[in-house]
Amino acid sequence: MITTTDLTKVYRSRGREVTALAGVDLHVRPGEVYGVVGTSGAGKSTLIRCVNMLERPTSGTVTVDGAELTALSGGENRAGRELREARRRIGMVFQHFNLLSSRTVQQNVELPLEIIGLDRTQRRRKAAELLDLVGLGDKARSYPNQLSGGQKQRVGIARALAGDPKVLLSDEATSALDPETTRSILKLLRDLNQQLGLTVLLITHEMDVIKSVCDSAALMRGGRVVESGELTDLLAKPGSELARELFPLSEFGTGHAGSTVLEITFQGDTSAQPFVSQLARTYQIDINILGAAVETIAGRMVGRMRVELPGGHQDNVVPIGYLREQGLQVDVLGAVDGAVA
Amino acid sequence: MTWDEMWALMGPATQETFQMVGVSAVFTVLLGLPLGILLVLTDKGGLLANRAVNKGIGFVVNLARSVPFIILMIALISFTRWLVGTSIGWQAATVPLTIGAIPFFARLVETSVREVDGGLVEAVQSMGAGTWTIVRKTLLPEALPGIVASITTTVITLIGYSAMAGTVGGGGLGTLAVNYGYQRFETAFMWAIVAELVIIVTAVQLIGDFAVRRLSHRGRTGGRTRLFGRGPAGPAAGDKDLVAS
Repeated sequence: MITTTDLTKVYRSRGREVTALAGVDLHVRPGEVYGVVGTSGAGKSTLIRCVNMLERPTSGTVTVDGAELTALSGGENRAGRELREARRRIGMVFQHFNLLSSRTVQQNVELPLEIIGLDRTQRRRKAAELLDLVGLGDKARSYPNQLSGGQKQRVGIARALAGDPKVLLSDEATSALDPETTRSILKLLRDLNQQLGLTVLLITHEMDVIKSVCDSAALMRGGRVVESGELTDLLAKPGSELARELFPLSEFGTGHAGSTVLEITFQGDTSAQPFVSQLARTYQIDINILGAAVETIAGRMVGRMRVELPGGHQDNVVPIGYLREQGLQVDVLGAVDGAVA
Repeated sequence: MTWDEMWALMGPATQETFQMVGVSAVFTVLLGLPLGILLVLTDKGGLLANRAVNKGIGFVVNLARSVPFIILMIALISFTRWLVGTSIGWQAATVPLTIGAIPFFARLVETSVREVDGGLVEAVQSMGAGTWTIVRKTLLPEALPGIVASITTTVITLIGYSAMAGTVGGGGLGTLAVNYGYQRFETAFMWAIVAELVIIVTAVQLIGDFAVRRLSHRGRTGGRTRLFGRGPAGPAAGDKDLVAS
Protein backbone atom coordinates (compact mmCIF):
# COMPACT_ATOMS: atom_id res chain seq x y z
CA MET A 1 0.00 0.00 0.00
CA ILE A 2 2.89 2.29 0.84
CA THR A 3 6.29 1.52 -0.59
CA THR A 4 9.40 3.60 -0.41
CA THR A 5 12.55 2.57 -2.19
CA ASP A 6 15.97 3.91 -1.38
CA LEU A 7 14.47 7.13 -0.06
CA THR A 8 16.97 9.82 0.84
CA LYS A 9 16.51 13.35 2.08
CA VAL A 10 19.38 15.77 2.47
CA TYR A 11 18.85 19.24 3.89
CA ARG A 12 21.20 21.92 2.73
CA SER A 13 21.53 25.13 4.65
CA ARG A 14 24.40 27.57 4.44
CA GLY A 15 26.68 25.12 2.77
CA ARG A 16 26.13 22.43 5.38
CA GLU A 17 24.45 19.17 4.53
CA VAL A 18 22.34 17.19 6.94
CA THR A 19 21.22 13.75 5.90
CA ALA A 20 17.82 13.04 7.42
CA LEU A 21 17.10 9.90 5.41
CA ALA A 22 19.86 7.67 4.13
CA GLY A 23 18.20 5.15 1.88
CA VAL A 24 14.96 3.97 3.48
CA ASP A 25 13.05 1.00 2.09
CA LEU A 26 9.67 0.60 3.65
CA HIS A 27 6.88 -1.71 2.67
CA VAL A 28 3.48 -1.28 4.28
CA ARG A 29 0.94 -3.91 3.29
CA PRO A 30 -2.74 -3.06 2.76
CA GLY A 31 -4.80 -3.14 5.92
CA GLU A 32 -2.01 -3.24 8.44
CA VAL A 33 -0.92 -0.84 11.14
CA TYR A 34 2.75 -0.13 10.61
CA GLY A 35 4.76 1.68 13.23
CA VAL A 36 8.06 3.43 12.75
CA VAL A 37 9.85 3.95 16.03
CA GLY A 38 13.03 5.79 16.85
CA THR A 39 14.50 8.51 19.00
CA SER A 40 14.10 12.12 17.93
CA GLY A 41 16.44 12.93 15.08
CA ALA A 42 16.28 9.40 13.71
CA GLY A 43 14.49 10.69 10.60
CA LYS A 44 11.08 9.19 11.22
CA SER A 45 9.26 12.51 10.99
CA THR A 46 10.99 13.31 7.71
CA LEU A 47 10.04 9.86 6.47
CA ILE A 48 6.31 10.24 7.11
CA ARG A 49 6.30 13.74 5.62
CA CYS A 50 7.96 12.36 2.52
CA VAL A 51 5.12 9.88 2.07
CA ASN A 52 2.65 12.64 1.10
CA MET A 53 5.35 14.94 -0.25
CA LEU A 54 5.08 17.56 2.48
CA GLU A 55 8.83 17.09 2.14
CA ARG A 56 10.11 16.21 -1.28
CA PRO A 57 12.73 13.47 -1.03
CA THR A 58 16.15 14.13 -2.49
CA SER A 59 16.10 10.77 -4.25
CA GLY A 60 14.21 7.49 -4.21
CA THR A 61 10.56 6.77 -4.87
CA VAL A 62 7.35 6.78 -2.87
CA THR A 63 4.37 4.77 -4.06
CA VAL A 64 1.01 5.00 -2.31
CA ASP A 65 -1.85 2.79 -3.45
CA GLY A 66 -0.25 2.18 -6.82
CA ALA A 67 0.50 5.83 -7.59
CA GLU A 68 4.10 6.92 -7.65
CA LEU A 69 3.94 10.26 -5.87
CA THR A 70 7.58 11.10 -6.48
CA ALA A 71 6.78 11.19 -10.19
CA LEU A 72 4.10 13.87 -9.77
CA SER A 73 5.07 17.46 -10.34
CA GLY A 74 5.26 20.23 -7.80
CA GLY A 75 7.53 21.21 -4.97
CA GLU A 76 6.81 21.05 -1.28
CA ASN A 77 4.75 24.20 -1.28
CA ARG A 78 3.56 24.35 -4.86
CA ALA A 79 2.01 20.99 -5.44
CA GLY A 80 0.74 20.24 -8.91
CA ARG A 81 -2.87 19.27 -9.51
CA GLU A 82 -2.17 15.54 -9.64
CA LEU A 83 -0.23 15.60 -6.39
CA ARG A 84 -2.99 17.60 -4.72
CA GLU A 85 -5.52 15.01 -5.83
CA ALA A 86 -3.32 12.17 -4.61
CA ARG A 87 -3.01 13.88 -1.22
CA ARG A 88 -6.79 13.92 -0.90
CA ARG A 89 -6.68 10.15 -0.70
CA ILE A 90 -4.13 10.16 2.11
CA GLY A 91 -5.34 11.24 5.54
CA MET A 92 -2.94 12.70 8.05
CA VAL A 93 -3.11 13.37 11.78
CA PHE A 94 -0.63 15.48 13.67
CA GLN A 95 0.97 15.64 17.09
CA HIS A 96 -0.45 19.10 17.76
CA PHE A 97 -3.78 18.36 16.05
CA ASN A 98 -3.54 21.39 13.73
CA LEU A 99 -7.23 22.23 13.92
CA LEU A 100 -8.39 25.63 12.71
CA SER A 101 -9.30 27.70 15.75
CA SER A 102 -11.65 29.87 13.70
CA ARG A 103 -13.84 26.93 12.72
CA THR A 104 -16.17 24.76 14.75
CA VAL A 105 -15.51 21.06 15.08
CA GLN A 106 -17.97 20.33 12.28
CA GLN A 107 -16.49 22.99 10.02
CA ASN A 108 -13.03 21.58 10.64
CA VAL A 109 -14.18 18.16 9.49
CA GLU A 110 -15.90 19.75 6.49
CA LEU A 111 -12.74 21.53 5.36
CA PRO A 112 -11.25 18.67 3.31
CA LEU A 113 -14.71 18.13 1.79
CA GLU A 114 -14.82 21.79 0.76
CA ILE A 115 -11.46 21.32 -0.91
CA ILE A 116 -12.75 18.27 -2.74
CA GLY A 117 -15.75 20.32 -3.80
CA LEU A 118 -18.69 18.57 -2.14
CA ASP A 119 -21.87 20.57 -1.74
CA ARG A 120 -23.16 21.78 1.60
CA THR A 121 -25.69 19.03 2.34
CA GLN A 122 -23.27 16.25 1.46
CA ARG A 123 -20.58 17.88 3.59
CA ARG A 124 -22.88 18.13 6.57
CA ARG A 125 -24.01 14.55 6.33
CA LYS A 126 -20.48 13.25 5.95
CA ALA A 127 -19.16 15.38 8.83
CA ALA A 128 -21.96 14.18 11.11
CA GLU A 129 -21.20 10.56 10.22
CA LEU A 130 -17.51 10.98 10.90
CA LEU A 131 -18.05 12.74 14.20
CA ASP A 132 -20.33 9.92 15.30
CA LEU A 133 -17.66 7.45 14.24
CA VAL A 134 -15.05 9.06 16.49
CA GLY A 135 -17.56 9.53 19.32
CA LEU A 136 -17.93 13.30 19.15
CA GLY A 137 -21.38 13.63 17.65
CA ASP A 138 -22.43 16.04 20.40
CA LYS A 139 -19.47 18.40 19.95
CA ALA A 140 -20.17 19.45 16.37
CA ARG A 141 -20.81 23.08 17.28
CA SER A 142 -17.95 23.48 19.74
CA TYR A 143 -14.74 25.27 18.91
CA PRO A 144 -11.44 23.40 19.23
CA ASN A 145 -10.32 25.49 22.20
CA GLN A 146 -13.31 24.13 24.14
CA LEU A 147 -12.12 20.54 23.73
CA SER A 148 -9.62 18.40 25.60
CA GLY A 149 -6.49 17.10 23.88
CA GLY A 150 -8.01 13.68 23.27
CA GLN A 151 -11.16 15.19 21.80
CA LYS A 152 -9.09 17.45 19.55
CA GLN A 153 -7.22 14.45 18.23
CA ARG A 154 -10.52 12.69 17.57
CA VAL A 155 -11.58 15.68 15.49
CA GLY A 156 -8.19 15.48 13.75
CA ILE A 157 -8.85 11.83 12.94
CA ALA A 158 -12.40 12.53 11.73
CA ARG A 159 -11.00 15.28 9.50
CA ALA A 160 -8.31 12.98 8.14
CA LEU A 161 -10.95 10.42 7.23
CA ALA A 162 -13.22 12.88 5.45
CA GLY A 163 -11.87 12.17 1.99
CA ASP A 164 -12.37 8.39 2.43
CA PRO A 165 -8.64 7.74 2.35
CA LYS A 166 -7.20 4.27 2.10
CA VAL A 167 -4.12 5.36 3.99
CA LEU A 168 -3.81 7.25 7.24
CA LEU A 169 -0.52 8.83 8.26
CA SER A 170 -0.10 9.52 11.94
CA ASP A 171 2.72 11.87 12.91
CA GLU A 172 3.21 11.31 16.66
CA ALA A 173 -0.56 11.56 17.10
CA THR A 174 -0.50 10.55 20.75
CA SER A 175 2.74 12.18 21.88
CA ALA A 176 1.00 15.24 23.30
CA LEU A 177 -1.59 13.18 25.19
CA ASP A 178 -1.66 11.60 28.63
CA PRO A 179 -1.39 7.79 28.91
CA GLU A 180 -5.09 7.14 29.31
CA THR A 181 -6.09 9.35 26.39
CA THR A 182 -3.27 7.79 24.37
CA ARG A 183 -4.84 4.39 24.95
CA SER A 184 -8.27 5.54 23.83
CA ILE A 185 -6.89 7.20 20.69
CA LEU A 186 -4.85 4.10 19.84
CA LYS A 187 -7.91 1.97 20.32
CA LEU A 188 -9.81 4.25 17.95
CA LEU A 189 -7.07 3.90 15.35
CA ARG A 190 -7.13 0.13 15.75
CA ASP A 191 -10.94 0.07 15.41
CA LEU A 192 -10.84 2.22 12.28
CA ASN A 193 -8.14 -0.02 10.87
CA GLN A 194 -10.35 -3.04 11.39
CA GLN A 195 -13.74 -1.52 10.51
CA LEU A 196 -12.69 0.43 7.44
CA GLY A 197 -9.73 -1.67 6.36
CA LEU A 198 -7.65 1.45 6.69
CA THR A 199 -3.89 1.13 6.28
CA VAL A 200 -2.14 3.12 8.99
CA LEU A 201 1.45 4.30 8.97
CA LEU A 202 2.37 5.85 12.27
CA ILE A 203 5.54 7.20 13.72
CA THR A 204 6.22 7.37 17.41
CA HIS A 205 9.01 7.43 19.94
CA GLU A 206 7.03 5.30 22.37
CA MET A 207 7.43 1.53 22.29
CA ASP A 208 4.07 1.20 24.03
CA VAL A 209 2.35 2.57 20.94
CA ILE A 210 4.02 -0.06 18.78
CA LYS A 211 3.15 -2.73 21.30
CA SER A 212 -0.52 -1.87 21.55
CA VAL A 213 -1.60 -1.21 17.94
CA CYS A 214 0.98 -2.22 15.37
CA ASP A 215 1.09 -5.32 13.23
CA SER A 216 4.50 -4.45 11.88
CA ALA A 217 7.24 -2.12 12.96
CA ALA A 218 10.47 -0.58 11.82
CA LEU A 219 13.23 0.74 14.02
CA MET A 220 14.98 3.83 12.69
CA ARG A 221 18.37 5.15 13.68
CA GLY A 222 20.47 7.79 11.96
CA GLY A 223 18.21 8.02 8.92
CA ARG A 224 18.15 4.28 8.29
CA VAL A 225 15.79 1.45 9.07
CA VAL A 226 17.90 -0.88 11.17
CA GLU A 227 15.25 -3.53 11.69
CA SER A 228 11.74 -4.13 10.41
CA GLY A 229 9.11 -6.80 10.13
CA GLU A 230 5.94 -8.17 11.61
CA LEU A 231 5.92 -8.00 15.38
CA THR A 232 5.19 -11.69 15.81
CA ASP A 233 8.17 -12.55 13.58
CA LEU A 234 10.40 -10.06 15.33
CA LEU A 235 9.58 -11.54 18.70
CA ALA A 236 10.51 -14.97 17.42
CA LYS A 237 13.78 -13.69 15.98
CA PRO A 238 16.76 -14.30 18.25
CA GLY A 239 18.67 -11.16 19.07
CA SER A 240 16.02 -8.83 17.67
CA GLU A 241 16.61 -5.32 18.92
CA LEU A 242 12.97 -4.35 18.52
CA ALA A 243 11.80 -7.43 20.39
CA ARG A 244 14.15 -6.63 23.24
CA GLU A 245 12.85 -3.06 23.34
CA LEU A 246 9.25 -4.24 23.19
CA PHE A 247 9.80 -6.77 25.85
CA PRO A 248 12.62 -5.83 28.16
CA LEU A 249 13.67 -8.41 30.74
CA SER A 250 17.04 -6.93 31.52
CA GLU A 251 16.19 -6.06 35.09
CA PHE A 252 15.70 -9.71 35.94
CA GLY A 253 18.39 -11.75 37.68
CA THR A 254 21.19 -13.37 35.70
CA GLY A 255 21.51 -16.61 37.64
CA HIS A 256 24.18 -18.33 39.71
CA ALA A 257 27.59 -19.75 38.92
CA GLY A 258 27.56 -23.15 37.23
CA SER A 259 24.06 -22.88 35.87
CA THR A 260 22.48 -22.26 32.48
CA VAL A 261 20.15 -19.35 31.92
CA LEU A 262 17.49 -19.61 29.23
CA GLU A 263 15.12 -17.02 27.89
CA ILE A 264 11.92 -18.62 26.72
CA THR A 265 9.51 -16.70 24.52
CA PHE A 266 6.06 -18.10 23.93
CA GLN A 267 3.20 -16.84 21.80
CA GLY A 268 -0.47 -17.58 21.41
CA ASP A 269 -1.48 -21.15 22.25
CA THR A 270 1.86 -22.23 23.65
CA SER A 271 1.36 -19.88 26.56
CA ALA A 272 -1.41 -22.15 27.78
CA GLN A 273 0.96 -25.13 28.23
CA PRO A 274 2.37 -25.78 31.68
CA PHE A 275 5.82 -26.36 30.20
CA VAL A 276 7.79 -25.49 33.32
CA SER A 277 6.26 -28.21 35.45
CA GLN A 278 6.36 -30.66 32.52
CA LEU A 279 10.06 -29.99 32.12
CA ALA A 280 10.73 -30.40 35.82
CA ARG A 281 8.79 -33.67 35.96
CA THR A 282 10.20 -35.18 32.78
CA TYR A 283 13.85 -34.47 33.47
CA GLN A 284 13.80 -34.36 37.25
CA ILE A 285 15.51 -30.97 37.38
CA ASP A 286 15.00 -27.99 39.62
CA ILE A 287 14.02 -24.94 37.64
CA ASN A 288 14.59 -21.53 39.09
CA ILE A 289 12.38 -18.84 37.54
CA LEU A 290 14.32 -15.58 37.43
CA GLY A 291 11.61 -13.48 35.89
CA ALA A 292 8.60 -13.59 33.61
CA ALA A 293 6.20 -11.27 31.87
CA VAL A 294 3.14 -11.71 29.70
CA GLU A 295 1.85 -9.00 27.39
CA THR A 296 -0.51 -8.56 24.51
CA ILE A 297 1.41 -7.52 21.42
CA ALA A 298 -0.23 -7.06 18.03
CA GLY A 299 -3.37 -8.57 19.52
CA ARG A 300 -1.63 -11.77 20.61
CA MET A 301 -0.55 -13.01 23.98
CA VAL A 302 3.20 -13.07 24.22
CA GLY A 303 5.19 -14.15 27.22
CA ARG A 304 8.81 -14.25 28.05
CA MET A 305 10.40 -16.08 30.92
CA ARG A 306 13.95 -16.27 32.14
CA VAL A 307 14.79 -19.53 33.88
CA GLU A 308 17.88 -21.02 35.40
CA LEU A 309 18.74 -24.71 35.00
CA PRO A 310 21.40 -26.40 37.09
CA GLY A 311 24.59 -27.41 35.28
CA GLY A 312 26.34 -26.14 32.19
CA HIS A 313 24.99 -25.90 28.67
CA GLN A 314 26.05 -29.44 27.75
CA ASP A 315 24.12 -30.87 30.66
CA ASN A 316 20.99 -29.15 29.44
CA VAL A 317 20.99 -29.90 25.71
CA VAL A 318 18.20 -32.41 26.08
CA PRO A 319 15.82 -30.22 28.12
CA ILE A 320 16.43 -27.32 25.72
CA GLY A 321 15.61 -29.58 22.80
CA TYR A 322 12.44 -30.63 24.58
CA LEU A 323 11.36 -27.01 25.03
CA ARG A 324 12.02 -26.19 21.38
CA GLU A 325 9.93 -29.21 20.39
CA GLN A 326 7.03 -27.66 22.26
CA GLY A 327 7.11 -24.71 19.86
CA LEU A 328 8.85 -22.40 22.26
CA GLN A 329 11.59 -20.01 21.30
CA VAL A 330 14.60 -20.61 23.53
CA ASP A 331 17.59 -18.30 23.73
CA VAL A 332 20.50 -19.54 25.76
CA LEU A 333 21.92 -16.54 27.53
CA GLY A 334 25.05 -18.51 28.38
CA ALA A 335 26.33 -20.60 31.18
CA VAL A 336 27.30 -18.52 34.15
CA ASP A 337 30.88 -18.20 35.35
CA GLY A 338 33.30 -20.36 33.49
CA ALA A 339 31.06 -23.38 32.95
CA VAL A 340 31.55 -24.97 29.54
CA ALA A 341 29.35 -23.23 27.03
CA MET B 1 -17.52 81.71 21.23
CA THR B 2 -20.68 80.06 22.49
CA TRP B 3 -21.46 76.37 22.63
CA ASP B 4 -24.05 76.79 19.89
CA GLU B 5 -21.50 78.37 17.59
CA MET B 6 -19.06 75.55 18.37
CA TRP B 7 -21.64 72.85 17.67
CA ALA B 8 -22.59 74.45 14.39
CA LEU B 9 -18.98 74.20 13.26
CA MET B 10 -18.14 70.85 14.79
CA GLY B 11 -21.05 68.93 13.28
CA PRO B 12 -20.09 69.25 9.62
CA ALA B 13 -16.39 68.99 10.46
CA THR B 14 -16.94 65.72 12.31
CA GLN B 15 -18.84 64.40 9.33
CA GLU B 16 -15.98 65.35 7.06
CA THR B 17 -13.47 63.60 9.30
CA PHE B 18 -15.58 60.45 9.29
CA GLN B 19 -15.90 60.52 5.51
CA MET B 20 -12.21 61.15 5.05
CA VAL B 21 -11.16 58.40 7.46
CA GLY B 22 -13.87 55.99 6.31
CA VAL B 23 -13.05 56.19 2.62
CA SER B 24 -9.31 56.03 3.28
CA ALA B 25 -9.75 53.03 5.60
CA VAL B 26 -11.76 51.11 3.00
CA PHE B 27 -9.14 51.64 0.29
CA THR B 28 -6.30 50.98 2.73
CA VAL B 29 -7.78 47.61 3.63
CA LEU B 30 -8.57 46.72 0.02
CA LEU B 31 -5.04 47.44 -1.14
CA GLY B 32 -3.00 46.82 2.00
CA LEU B 33 -4.44 43.39 2.82
CA PRO B 34 -3.27 41.68 -0.37
CA LEU B 35 0.07 43.43 -0.03
CA GLY B 36 0.53 42.17 3.54
CA ILE B 37 -0.39 38.62 2.55
CA LEU B 38 1.95 38.80 -0.43
CA LEU B 39 4.76 39.84 1.91
CA VAL B 40 4.27 36.61 3.87
CA LEU B 41 3.73 34.32 0.87
CA THR B 42 6.75 35.51 -1.08
CA ASP B 43 9.08 35.39 1.91
CA LYS B 44 11.75 32.71 2.19
CA GLY B 45 10.08 29.37 2.84
CA GLY B 46 6.67 30.84 1.99
CA LEU B 47 4.09 29.31 -0.29
CA LEU B 48 5.10 31.58 -3.17
CA ALA B 49 8.70 32.14 -2.09
CA ASN B 50 10.21 34.67 -4.43
CA ARG B 51 13.16 36.66 -3.21
CA ALA B 52 12.98 39.36 -5.88
CA VAL B 53 9.28 40.08 -5.41
CA ASN B 54 9.57 39.99 -1.63
CA LYS B 55 12.51 42.37 -1.54
CA GLY B 56 10.79 44.62 -4.07
CA ILE B 57 7.57 44.94 -2.10
CA GLY B 58 9.49 45.27 1.16
CA PHE B 59 11.56 48.09 -0.28
CA VAL B 60 8.55 50.04 -1.56
CA VAL B 61 6.75 49.57 1.76
CA ASN B 62 9.74 50.74 3.78
CA LEU B 63 10.29 53.67 1.44
CA ALA B 64 6.68 54.81 1.76
CA ARG B 65 6.77 54.41 5.51
CA SER B 66 9.89 56.50 5.94
CA VAL B 67 8.41 59.55 4.23
CA PRO B 68 6.79 61.81 6.87
CA PHE B 69 3.09 62.11 6.17
CA ILE B 70 3.10 65.89 5.86
CA ILE B 71 5.77 65.66 3.16
CA LEU B 72 3.95 62.81 1.43
CA MET B 73 0.81 64.94 1.31
CA ILE B 74 2.63 67.80 -0.37
CA ALA B 75 4.55 65.51 -2.70
CA LEU B 76 1.32 63.90 -3.85
CA ILE B 77 -0.54 67.14 -4.63
CA SER B 78 -0.31 66.84 -8.41
CA PHE B 79 -1.16 63.13 -8.29
CA THR B 80 -4.16 63.90 -6.10
CA ARG B 81 -5.33 66.62 -8.46
CA TRP B 82 -5.05 64.21 -11.38
CA LEU B 83 -6.95 61.49 -9.50
CA VAL B 84 -9.83 63.40 -7.85
CA GLY B 85 -9.67 66.72 -9.73
CA THR B 86 -8.80 68.85 -6.70
CA SER B 87 -6.17 69.10 -4.00
CA ILE B 88 -8.41 70.77 -1.42
CA GLY B 89 -11.13 69.28 0.78
CA TRP B 90 -11.73 65.92 2.42
CA GLN B 91 -12.01 64.05 -0.89
CA ALA B 92 -8.52 65.17 -1.85
CA ALA B 93 -7.16 64.28 1.58
CA THR B 94 -8.20 60.64 1.17
CA VAL B 95 -5.51 60.10 -1.49
CA PRO B 96 -2.42 60.82 0.64
CA LEU B 97 -4.15 59.28 3.66
CA THR B 98 -4.67 56.00 1.81
CA ILE B 99 -1.20 55.96 0.30
CA GLY B 100 0.35 56.77 3.66
CA ALA B 101 -1.63 54.09 5.50
CA ILE B 102 -1.28 51.19 3.02
CA PRO B 103 2.32 50.29 3.91
CA PHE B 104 1.61 50.73 7.62
CA PHE B 105 -1.40 48.42 7.41
CA ALA B 106 0.40 45.94 5.15
CA ARG B 107 3.12 45.47 7.78
CA LEU B 108 0.51 44.90 10.49
CA VAL B 109 -1.27 42.34 8.29
CA GLU B 110 2.05 40.65 7.60
CA THR B 111 2.65 40.25 11.32
CA SER B 112 -0.84 38.82 11.93
CA VAL B 113 -0.62 36.34 9.06
CA ARG B 114 2.83 35.23 10.16
CA GLU B 115 1.40 34.30 13.54
CA VAL B 116 -0.77 31.59 11.97
CA ASP B 117 0.73 28.25 12.98
CA GLY B 118 2.68 26.68 10.13
CA GLY B 119 1.22 23.33 11.17
CA LEU B 120 -2.22 24.48 10.03
CA VAL B 121 -0.91 25.32 6.59
CA GLU B 122 0.72 21.91 6.46
CA ALA B 123 -2.50 20.19 7.54
CA VAL B 124 -4.47 21.93 4.81
CA GLN B 125 -1.75 21.12 2.27
CA SER B 126 -2.02 17.49 3.25
CA MET B 127 -5.72 17.68 2.34
CA GLY B 128 -4.70 18.60 -1.17
CA ALA B 129 -5.34 22.35 -1.07
CA GLY B 130 -3.60 24.77 -3.40
CA THR B 131 -2.11 28.11 -2.43
CA TRP B 132 -5.25 30.17 -3.03
CA THR B 133 -7.36 27.77 -0.97
CA ILE B 134 -4.82 27.91 1.84
CA VAL B 135 -4.96 31.72 1.85
CA ARG B 136 -8.74 31.86 1.69
CA LYS B 137 -9.62 29.02 4.04
CA THR B 138 -6.74 29.05 6.50
CA LEU B 139 -4.50 32.09 6.57
CA LEU B 140 -7.24 34.74 6.36
CA PRO B 141 -9.77 33.19 8.78
CA GLU B 142 -7.08 32.27 11.30
CA ALA B 143 -5.45 35.70 11.12
CA LEU B 144 -8.80 37.52 11.17
CA PRO B 145 -8.71 38.63 14.83
CA GLY B 146 -5.22 40.05 14.26
CA ILE B 147 -6.31 41.70 11.02
CA VAL B 148 -9.29 43.33 12.74
CA ALA B 149 -6.98 44.62 15.48
CA SER B 150 -4.74 45.98 12.71
CA ILE B 151 -7.69 47.73 11.12
CA THR B 152 -8.50 49.34 14.48
CA THR B 153 -4.94 50.60 14.84
CA THR B 154 -4.93 51.81 11.25
CA VAL B 155 -8.22 53.70 11.62
CA ILE B 156 -6.90 55.41 14.73
CA THR B 157 -3.70 56.31 12.90
CA LEU B 158 -5.82 57.65 10.04
CA ILE B 159 -7.74 59.87 12.45
CA GLY B 160 -4.40 61.28 13.56
CA TYR B 161 -3.22 61.75 9.98
CA SER B 162 -6.54 63.34 8.99
CA ALA B 163 -6.05 66.07 11.57
CA MET B 164 -2.70 66.78 9.98
CA ALA B 165 -4.30 66.87 6.57
CA GLY B 166 -6.52 69.56 8.06
CA THR B 167 -3.55 71.90 8.40
CA VAL B 168 -3.14 72.07 4.63
CA GLY B 169 -6.79 72.41 3.72
CA GLY B 170 -7.93 68.84 4.11
CA GLY B 171 -11.09 69.78 5.98
CA GLY B 172 -12.56 68.02 8.97
CA LEU B 173 -11.78 68.52 12.64
CA GLY B 174 -8.10 69.20 11.94
CA THR B 175 -8.87 72.26 9.84
CA LEU B 176 -11.25 73.48 12.51
CA ALA B 177 -8.66 73.12 15.26
CA VAL B 178 -6.03 74.97 13.23
CA ASN B 179 -8.30 77.74 11.98
CA TYR B 180 -10.01 78.50 15.27
CA GLY B 181 -7.83 77.10 17.98
CA TYR B 182 -4.43 78.03 16.59
CA GLN B 183 -5.01 81.06 14.39
CA ARG B 184 -7.80 82.74 16.37
CA PHE B 185 -6.64 81.72 19.85
CA GLU B 186 -9.97 80.06 20.67
CA THR B 187 -8.29 77.81 23.20
CA ALA B 188 -11.55 76.51 24.66
CA PHE B 189 -12.75 75.51 21.19
CA MET B 190 -9.52 73.71 20.50
CA TRP B 191 -9.86 71.71 23.69
CA ALA B 192 -13.41 70.84 22.76
CA ILE B 193 -12.13 69.43 19.48
CA VAL B 194 -9.35 67.53 21.27
CA ALA B 195 -11.96 66.08 23.64
CA GLU B 196 -14.08 64.99 20.71
CA LEU B 197 -11.11 63.29 19.07
CA VAL B 198 -10.34 61.47 22.33
CA ILE B 199 -13.92 60.21 22.43
CA ILE B 200 -13.83 59.10 18.79
CA VAL B 201 -10.49 57.29 19.16
CA THR B 202 -11.61 55.59 22.37
CA ALA B 203 -14.83 54.46 20.75
CA VAL B 204 -12.99 53.05 17.73
CA GLN B 205 -10.61 51.15 20.01
CA LEU B 206 -13.46 49.73 22.09
CA ILE B 207 -15.42 48.64 19.04
CA GLY B 208 -12.31 47.09 17.53
CA ASP B 209 -11.43 45.21 20.71
CA PHE B 210 -14.98 43.97 21.03
CA ALA B 211 -14.90 42.67 17.46
CA VAL B 212 -11.57 40.92 18.10
CA ARG B 213 -12.96 39.24 21.18
CA ARG B 214 -15.97 38.03 19.28
CA LEU B 215 -13.88 36.66 16.43
CA SER B 216 -11.18 35.02 18.50
CA HIS B 217 -11.75 31.41 19.44
CA ARG B 218 -8.28 30.76 20.68
CA GLY B 219 -7.50 29.95 24.29
CA ARG B 220 -7.15 33.53 25.38
CA THR B 221 -9.25 36.43 24.25
CA GLY B 222 -7.39 38.37 21.64
CA GLY B 223 -7.88 42.02 22.38
CA ARG B 224 -7.41 43.86 25.62
CA THR B 225 -9.10 47.13 26.26
CA ARG B 226 -6.54 49.86 25.93
CA LEU B 227 -7.98 53.14 27.00
CA PHE B 228 -4.88 54.98 28.03
CA GLY B 229 -1.95 52.85 27.08
CA ARG B 230 -1.73 53.74 23.42
CA GLY B 231 -3.32 55.48 20.55
CA PRO B 232 -3.06 58.98 19.22
CA ALA B 233 -5.61 61.11 20.97
CA GLY B 234 -5.87 64.37 19.15
CA PRO B 235 -3.54 66.15 16.76
CA ALA B 236 -0.56 66.39 19.13
CA ALA B 237 -0.39 62.65 19.67
CA GLY B 238 -1.07 62.20 16.00
CA ASP B 239 2.20 63.98 15.22
CA LYS B 240 4.11 61.67 17.48
CA ASP B 241 2.49 58.63 15.90
CA LEU B 242 3.46 59.79 12.49
CA VAL B 243 7.10 60.07 13.43
CA ALA B 244 6.96 56.62 14.94
CA SER B 245 5.40 55.04 11.90
